[in-house]
Amino acid sequence: MIFIKSILLSLMVFFYASASAQEQMAFSSELNKTRYQSLVEELRCPKCQNQNLADSGSGIAVDLRELVHQMIEDGKTDQEVVDYMVARYGSFVLYRPQHSTATFLLWYGPFILLGIGGLAFVAVIMANRKRRGRDS
Amino acid sequence: MRKLLFFLPLAAFLILAVVFYLQIGKDAQYMPSALVGKKVPDFTLVSLQDDFVYMHDDLPNTPYLINFWGTWCPACHIEHPFLIELANAGVPIIGIDYKDEKALAEQWLEQKGNPYQVILMDEMGSFGVDMGVTGAPETFVVDGSGMIVYRHQGVINAENWPEIKGYMK
Repeated sequence: MIFIKSILLSLMVFFYASASAQEQMAFSSELNKTRYQSLVEELRCPKCQNQNLADSGSGIAVDLRELVHQMIEDGKTDQEVVDYMVARYGSFVLYRPQHSTATFLLWYGPFILLGIGGLAFVAVIMANRKRRGRDS
Repeated sequence: MRKLLFFLPLAAFLILAVVFYLQIGKDAQYMPSALVGKKVPDFTLVSLQDDFVYMHDDLPNTPYLINFWGTWCPACHIEHPFLIELANAGVPIIGIDYKDEKALAEQWLEQKGNPYQVILMDEMGSFGVDMGVTGAPETFVVDGSGMIVYRHQGVINAENWPEIKGYMK
């Protein structure tokens, strides 16, 4: 009995810790709540740079979460909320960078490198085959 | 020609070494402000001293500083004496009392002196969000044409002031 109790208690500690950074918020619909959750996970906290808005306990993150909540309840679209944040805090607040000329290499660089690697691979294979054909 | 290929890894190493070396000593916390190059956003804020409502048009036409501070902010205590020095040297500073209480702010000014031309109260922090502020102290340089030209996060002191001053024109 005591054993079970202690397990339950330790579990409660875990659940408490994971919920600590979020306030109680009322949403008018389940959809709004889901949109809120995905937005605060996607937006980066401008103060504590390696956390998203959902995880951060800093003052500005609390304010911005409330703002996202308000904007969603006011009927703003996800894109409008994101644009609002980017206008104030820069593209820095996006965990998923926008597609633009500045981020071209970031998005497509790996594929370009993969392409170059593939071409080099084929070139080496062809060269080897040609040489082997000459040797035999 | 084929021999040269053996030096490819060395070349790659050297290029990466240079790139990484250039990053050493850079402030990893530095975040560029989205407001630089834009006008000060519109606002309607109440002044701490005389309860008048201030709007965008009431801002000075000469270069000035916008300084976000609060009595809850430990670094603002450190910054305050230097702001007084700046004010005595004739630098116009607009203070934004950020997410603070009026009574505490009045007490602070009485005890430590007032370096600000005007102090506007941003109790909810909404003007702070419009300016992309993440905390206090934070200071913006606005030039003569009303454009934000520089943002400094953290304390202004004798060491970094010359650089900030360079933007005031």
